Order: sequence, then structure tokens, then C-alpha cells
Amino acid sequence: MSQQVIASTANKARKLSVQEIAEIEHEMTLYPDKRAVGLEALKIVQKHQGWVSDESLLGIAKYLDIPAADLEGVATFFNLVYRQKVGKNVILFCDSVSCWIMGCESIKGHIKEQLAIDYGETTQDGDFTLIPVPCLGDCDRAPVMMVGPDLHRNLTPEKIDSIIADYKNK
Amino acid sequence: MAKIVIDGVEHEVNPGNNLLQECLSLGLDLPYFCWHPSMGSVGACRQCAVIQYRDADDKEGMLVMACMTPATDGAIISIEDEGAKSFRSDVVESLMISHPHDCPVCEEGGECHLQDMTQMSGHNYRRYDKKKRTHHNQYLGPFINHEMNRCITCYRCVRFYGDYAGGTDLSAQASHHHVYFGRHEEGVLESEFSGNLVEVCPTGVFTDKAFSENYSRKWDLQTAPSVCVGCSVGCNTSPGERYGSLRRIVNRYNSEVNGYFLCDRGRFGFDFVNNRDRLLEPVQRIDNTGELLADDQVKALIKEFKAEGTIGIGSPRASNESNFALRVMVGEENFYAGYSDVEHESMQVILDLASDTAFHTPSVREIEAADAVLILGEDVTNVAPRIALALRQSVRNKAKDLADESRIPQWQDAAVRELAQHERSPLSILSPAISRLDDVASDRIIESLSAVVSMGHQIAEKISASAPNAAASTEHSQLIEKIAMQLKAAKRPLIIAGNSNGSDMIKAAANIARALRDDSDKSAIDLCLLVPEVNSVGMALMAGAENRLGAALEKLQSGEAKRVIVLENDLYRRAAKAAVDAALTKAEKVLVLDQLPTATTANADVILPATAFSEHEATYINYEGRAQLSFQVHQCQKQAQPSWRWICDAEHVDDLVERCCNEALGFERLREVLPGENPFVAGMKVPRQSHRYSGRTAMIANINVHEPKQMEDKDSVMSFSMEGIPAQKDASVLASSWAPKWNSNQSISKFQDEVNGELKQGHVGCLLIERKDSSGSYFEAAEELIEPSAKQLRVVFSYQIFGSDELSARSKPIQARMTDAYIGLSPVDAKKRGLNQGDVATISPLGSPAVICIRTGIKAGTALLYCGDRNISPADFSGLIEVEKSAIQTTSRGIGSLIVSDFHEEEISS
Ligand code: SF4
Ligand code: SF4
Ligand code: FES
Ligand code: FES
Repeated sequence: MSQQVIASTANKARKLSVQEIAEIEHEMTLYPDKRAVGLEALKIVQKHQGWVSDESLLGIAKYLDIPAADLEGVATFFNLVYRQKVGKNVILFCDSVSCWIMGCESIKGHIKEQLAIDYGETTQDGDFTLIPVPCLGDCDRAPVMMVGPDLHRNLTPEKIDSIIADYKNK
Repeated sequence: MAKIVIDGVEHEVNPGNNLLQECLSLGLDLPYFCWHPSMGSVGACRQCAVIQYRDADDKEGMLVMACMTPATDGAIISIEDEGAKSFRSDVVESLMISHPHDCPVCEEGGECHLQDMTQMSGHNYRRYDKKKRTHHNQYLGPFINHEMNRCITCYRCVRFYGDYAGGTDLSAQASHHHVYFGRHEEGVLESEFSGNLVEVCPTGVFTDKAFSENYSRKWDLQTAPSVCVGCSVGCNTSPGERYGSLRRIVNRYNSEVNGYFLCDRGRFGFDFVNNRDRLLEPVQRIDNTGELLADDQVKALIKEFKAEGTIGIGSPRASNESNFALRVMVGEENFYAGYSDVEHESMQVILDLASDTAFHTPSVREIEAADAVLILGEDVTNVAPRIALALRQSVRNKAKDLADESRIPQWQDAAVRELAQHERSPLSILSPAISRLDDVASDRIIESLSAVVSMGHQIAEKISASAPNAAASTEHSQLIEKIAMQLKAAKRPLIIAGNSNGSDMIKAAANIARALRDDSDKSAIDLCLLVPEVNSVGMALMAGAENRLGAALEKLQSGEAKRVIVLENDLYRRAAKAAVDAALTKAEKVLVLDQLPTATTANADVILPATAFSEHEATYINYEGRAQLSFQVHQCQKQAQPSWRWICDAEHVDDLVERCCNEALGFERLREVLPGENPFVAGMKVPRQSHRYSGRTAMIANINVHEPKQMEDKDSVMSFSMEGIPAQKDASVLASSWAPKWNSNQSISKFQDEVNGELKQGHVGCLLIERKDSSGSYFEAAEELIEPSAKQLRVVFSYQIFGSDELSARSKPIQARMTDAYIGLSPVDAKKRGLNQGDVATISPLGSPAVICIRTGIKAGTALLYCGDRNISPADFSGLIEVEKSAIQTTSRGIGSLIVSDFHEEEISS
């Protein structure tokens, strides 16, 4: 039974791409042991794939020769390692103190209305995923959110509309 | 010794320990979760908080975690302080925020450390009224249930499973309120020690699945101190029975042997006792029909067997008493060993070495103390699992040394591990295939059996010039040198071998140990020689060196012996089928005593049903020569009796033990395992049932509304009742650990002289074999084996924790993990023969079927043969075999549940 698990797990492992391997190999030169490279490898794979599927996780575990259970522990510890498929653009929406004081609740309500998604959900067209984050470190320009790698400050409903439109057209 | 003050009272404590451990050693009640007596402290749960004062003038004090604070001289602490108390109560309240409060349906209930600690901490009202977080549970295989909502995130499970036992498929996942303990996906927990999670987890997250099929509360189980019959380690257990069926096994602490942990064979392998096929009546076979025998008929038969011309065949899985009774009945010269001739020969070597003053056989605890280990040719995890767990601790001695150097106390578990990183004490493995211990090996050499033997001799030669010259191999010479140097440099080196594959390996191991002795001023070197069965050593001591099984079979075949009594043994597992067939057909009468039907009982004229380990009191001798007493737990419902009772007229076990001491060479000290001089406290016996045992009067109300008189136990100091002197009141034996306020197994600290010390009841067993022979000398290096031809492969016998032991293989939970017989091959050898993973092959000379298992870590030219639980007997194969694809490709179990790290993945050509 277990062998089937091992075997099926082995079959499920995705072969990492040449590019992913090259980047992981580079990280390996920076750390004393392979286990430590786990997190970087997850980030690399997420950069290329958008998220970390079961197959990718197993692929990394196999490549680094570390237990999948350990790597899963790392992957699930960090909430920005996505273990579920996310949209093309991930909105990290700050709902921490300063942003809350500055009215992020209503901004969130607006996003929710416009995109018809709540926290943890992805739009049907696969364009956006909405995730809350605690403080983006830009409190003086609250409310704040990130879309992909970009920071957007002093949010207003109008701004939200144009941001959404921009990313849609990208 | 240090002096500390706890709540105004001065105590003497060991400053090397932490406050929590010392408080428990003193018998004080201080709640805790994450600390474990053999895993140390990590300070994760905050439950053990106490107030520590700077000095006598300090009235405020500060909160400290007792498990993280050393018991330094002059420390002043308070457990009873109101601040500490309310902190502890708040801690448990917050740990339980999402706990489902489902004790009535939880199998931990009644022996739950969380229940105990909640009560002890004084948390009794739930204030949290929000939504609870809930988890998905996983399927974890046939042994363990998973109910994650009950978790209090103490991290004990992953610390045991991963850090302590080396498992890789259980981890802590996610963060904050969602922390989850499970596998990365559903599936069987791979570690051979997974069952310990049941006892390590202080809550009902991990519970015993086999037990839950037929559940009963702890207080409703009838228990007695028992010894595991799964292998030669002889771990101590507490089996629990209810309504005539054996329900479960939990660990019973023995400071020298198993400590706090068992292996999964031992924990889940008891169910054969409940097997529906149990032999329960005396029968005589007349023309293929079984005829029940009445008492007087049995008596007449026994009388018949007492006549001249009867021989007896003993059993390494039967007690000393039964083997001895048979020996008395047929006479010493007619008592034959009940294992294969190959094993017989190696057992003689082992016995010789056991009395040699150059060596010491380490106990499991002592194995943990080894700082350099060499394993020669043995797959320890599958042969003596608990020892493999001990070896995993031995490699940590390096970490402990490093910690000492940095003045980090050893109980600071996380700090010590962090400091050591991958640093381990040396453990080298030389064998024909990768084993389950390889992940902690510093070096391993995969070579053929004879090459391993020869390398063993080379290591001996490298260590001491007094060792005989060995043929030097060019390959591996550096590693050989390195291993020799490591062993030489060690404070407590340990050499391990076993008799899985003849005696050459044992001789090589002994030479290395002798060389180490000659080379140093150490008085004796640890040499651990593994044997397969619970009483292999006991039977070996009982049977004469000349009395091989083969000789017995010949005697029967030649007609020199007319009748044979086979004691709890399936001869078809021990000798070649043809030889057994011939002997049993020729014999005039064959009497077999056993618990379950076997190929041998199928050929018996008379079958007398024998009780299983939990149904009788008995002594067994483990691999070290340690005799241990195992009490009867429950009554056998039908007519089965201890084998000795059928064949001799001794009244009690004690009488037999006494006779055995006086008459059998080597057993002189056996009586020491019986409960002391004065086992009765105030004339009272020790109850097997708890004081809360329920429903006794109604137990058989479906048959008779009158409560029958409780069965009397004439054999022991224990009684089949609730009345008597309870364990916590100075009883002379400890069946099941329970103390007021401590319903869980954590109550064990109440019975230890100090944490991790000996039980107040004693009973670590008694070492029977005296070392007095100082004339031992080196063995000559073994002869080279004939090289196999191109078609042939050399057989190496391989054993499986789930399947190789005859009795546990007849337990349902174990069966769920068993595989078919298989042949392990290297990828080259498989390719040469056109064999693929999972193919069924036939093995010459008999043409027996076995599944092909291709592994990258097997030496080419070697066929690793696992005989499964039936069909194939090792005795049918020796030396060289041929393997080819079978015309019939059906399997029953396949090799799906085999857990190996080097399973060969076929290249998928794209
Ligand atoms: S599952 Fe049990 S042992 Fe593991 S963290 Fe939770 S309560 Fe502790
Ligand atoms: S190691 Fe041996 S004696 Fe100990 S529990 Fe396992 S099978 Fe039983
Ligand atoms: S609270 Fe939103 S950026 Fe700091
Ligand atoms: S037992 Fe001390 S913090 Fe957990």
C-alpha cells in the first residue's frame, strides 16, 4: 500500500524545467545543505509556475532529495507560498491597523463588488486572486495593496477601478 | 547533588536535570505536555510554568518554564503560587480553544494526559464561544487513527516520529491557529515505530486503530505485566483483555530493555491470539477425521508417548517451561532443537561467545550509549526493531558531547540538535543491501555476504596485530581503515551482527570485538548478536549441541525413533520440505502442541491446543541472555493449556522454574525472575482488573444471570479480580500504570525511583549467562564462497518486521502491511533475466514463486530472498539459486506495502 503511495508519489512528481533547475542549483551553492534550499526552491518554482502544485512540490523534494513532508511543512508555513492555483495577478490586500483606520474595509468591499471574489478566491476568468496581508510596511500611505510585484498606495474606489482595468489589459 | 527549595520545602536534586524532571522525580504533581522523559525539553507548551525566586528575600518571583530551567543549587521555586497556578490554567484553556471536547467518543478518554493536565491545572469552564477551527483528518494506514481537532500543538508527535525514530513522512505543517500534524498526503505511516504515537501524543489525535475496532476503556481492560513475543529483544508490554479477547498492547516500562517504546510488530502483532483458527480442543486424527479427545484419552496418549522411542522437538517461540517440560518428558538426549540446522550451528557459536569474558552483550539502554557502531550484514530494523531505534539514539552521542563542550544541558533537546546539525557518532553498515538504518549511517559498504565477512576480518586485523591475517581487498581499503580507526578511538564501541545468514558474520564480528579488546585496556567489548525469536536463546541453552533438528528428522526417518512430540513449531519453516515430509510420514505417531494450525499440525496424529503468550505465565530469554517473566493476562476460554501442563505433572509455573533451575545447565538463576521473597503485601494478591473495572457481575449475563466465582490464579501473585493490593500501593508487580490524578501512561514517573530510573517493582529481568571463559581465541577467516555462474545468484535471506515472525503474521493489522515472498535483485541482474518490477518469478531448485523487487541498493550477484509467511522455507534454499520469470503471474498481496528507500524506478523512455 505504502509502496503504491511512494510509487504514485514518485510518478506524480513533476520534472523540474531546465531553468528551474539552473536557479535551484545556484541556490545550492549558497547554502550548507539541501534542506535549507527548500524555501528558495519553492519560490523559484512559484515564480515560474505561478504556484506550487502537489506535482511541483514532489518534484522539488525529489530533486533536493529531502522528505516531501518536510518541504510541505515549509510550503504551508509561509502564506505567500501558494499551494493552490492562483490567478494571473495576486492582490495582497493590507487589512492591518493603519489601513483599517484609513478605511480599507470599504475599499475591500469595492474590490469584492468589482471582481465578485472574497479573500482566498480567484475570479472566474483567472485574472485575479484576493489575499489579505498584515501590514505592507507602507502605513503612511494607507490604504495599501500589492498586485503582483507592484505596490499601490492611497487607494480609493476610483483608483481600484483603474488598477483593475490596467492589469486586465496587460 | 544540589539543594533546592520547592514551596518552602528543601529537596536534594540532580543539578544536571531540569526543574520539571526533578519535581516529577520527587513525586510532585506539575502539569506538562511537551517534555518527554526520553526526548527532553523544548519549551513548546508553556504548561509547566512555576515561580522562581531570585533569593529568600524575593517575594515576587518570576514565571519560568520548569522544563527549560536547570535545577541549580539554591534555586527557590513555587508550584503552588497563585500566579503560577492561574497561568497554567490559562495555558491549558488556550491550548484547548478549538478542542472538540469529545471525550465520551474519544479513545484517549480515561487515559488521556490532556484530561489529567486540564484537571490538574484547574481549568474547568470554557470561556471561548467563537467558531472553532477544524481540520481534515488523514488515512494513515491500518495502525493509526488521526483526529487532528484534538491537537494541542505540543509537537511531541513529530519530535518522536522524526527526531527520535527517524521517520520522514510526518511533519508539522501550516502556522498559527492552523498548525497541522500529518503526512504530506494520505497514506500509510512508514516508520516501524509509528504505534508509539498513540502513547507519545498526550491527546486523542493519534489513537490505536486496531484497538478501536474492538474498543474498551483502559479501566475496563484486564492487564498483567507481559513480554513481547515478537522477537528476541523481549520488550515489556501491558496487553489488555476484555470479554475473552485480547484488545491491545501498550508499552510497559523497563529501564534496561524497551524504555518507553515498542515497535509496530510488538504493538499490533498480538491479534493471532484472537484468530478464529485457534486450536482449542485436543483432537486425534483417525482416517482424516478429527476426533475430540477426553481427558483420560489424553492421559493415555501421553503415557504412550512416555515410552521408549519418543523424541521431542523444542521451539524457540515457546517458553522455557514448555521446552523444559518436553525435555524432562523425553529425556535430555532425545530433546532436539526446533530451528534449522544452519541456525543451530550459529546459535552454538553465539552461546560460546556469550560466556566469553572478552565480550559484553549490551542491553538496549547500553546500546544507546555506544559512540561508534559497526553493523555487519544484519538488517536490524527488520530483525530486532527496538534495537534499531536504540541505534538511532547512539548516533546522537556526538551531539551530546558537543553540547557538553558548549555547556548546553543534554535535556535541551532543540538546542542540542541545532548545535549538532548533521554531526553524528560513527555508525557503519556493511551488508549486501541497503537497510532502513542507512539514513543515519556514516559509512556503508554494499558488498556480497562473503566480501562483508572478509572485510570484517580485515577490520579486525587493522585494529589489532593479534587478529589473524585476512586477505586484503583492494576495494574499500580506505573505508576499512577508517572504520577500524573509529572503533579504536571510541570510548564504547559496539559491534552488531546476527544469525540471519549463518555464522560467518558472527565470527567476523567476534574477531573485531576481540581485536578491540586486545588493542585497548577495556575489559570487555560490546558485542550484540541478534537472534530471531523470543526464546531462541532459551531453547538453545536447553538443547544439546549435537541435537540438531536434522538429526531428529533422520532418526524418525530411519525408524530409530518411533514417535515425536513437536512443541509449538512448524517444522516446515525450519527444514527442507522433503525431509520433514519423510520424517512425519515415517513416524508412527506425531503429537503436535500448538496455538494455530500449521503445515505441521496438518500432518499430526494428535493435536493438543496450547495457550498463547497472554494466556499463560512463562519465562523467556532474550538476545542478551536476560530471563524475563511474563504473567498470564486472561483465561483461555476453551481447552487450550500451557504446553507444559499437557505433558508434565507440575502444578505451577514456579515449580517448573524451580526444577529448571536445579536440573538445566545455564538456568541456575532463572528463579530470580519470580516475584521476590514476599510477593504478597498483607497477604493480598495484585489485581489484574482496575478498581473501576465495570460490569463484572453482568459480563456473562447473556449465558447465566448468576455471577460466577472469579477464576482463581494458582500460578502467580496476581488475581483475576479487582480486589487486592493495587499497584500504586506497593504491589510487587506493575501491570498497568495508573496513579491518582494520573490516568495516562505518564503516570509511570510515579513508579520510577527517579525519572528514567528503575521501577520500584524492579523486574528488569535477570541475566542468566555467566561470563567465565577467558580462554577464547580468534576465529580463522572464513573460506571464500564459490562464485556464482552467470545464471546463478547467491541467496541472502531477508526478513520483514511484518511477516517474518510466524505468530504476528497471523494478526489482522500486521497482515494489512505484509507482502508476498519476494526476491530482491539489483537492476543489472533483473535486466539480464528480462525481469521487471513486480513480476512473479520462480526460484530453482523448488520452483517456488516470489515477486521480483528491483532495488538499486542491492549488490549485483545477490538475490535477497524474503520467504514470506508461508510457502517458502529458507531451508529449501542454500547457496546458489536461479531465478526466472514464472508462467503464472498472479500474486496475492504483491509487494505494494514494502518500504524501502532504494526501490528502482523504471526509466520511462520518452
Ligand atoms: S498531534 Fe498530539 S503529539 Fe502532535 S502536537 Fe498535537 S497533541 Fe501534540
Ligand atoms: S522489538 Fe521485538 S520484542 Fe520489542 S516490541 Fe518489537 S517485536 Fe516485540
Ligand atoms: S497597516 Fe497596511 S501597510 Fe501597514
Ligand atoms: S512541558 Fe515545559 S513548556 Fe511544555
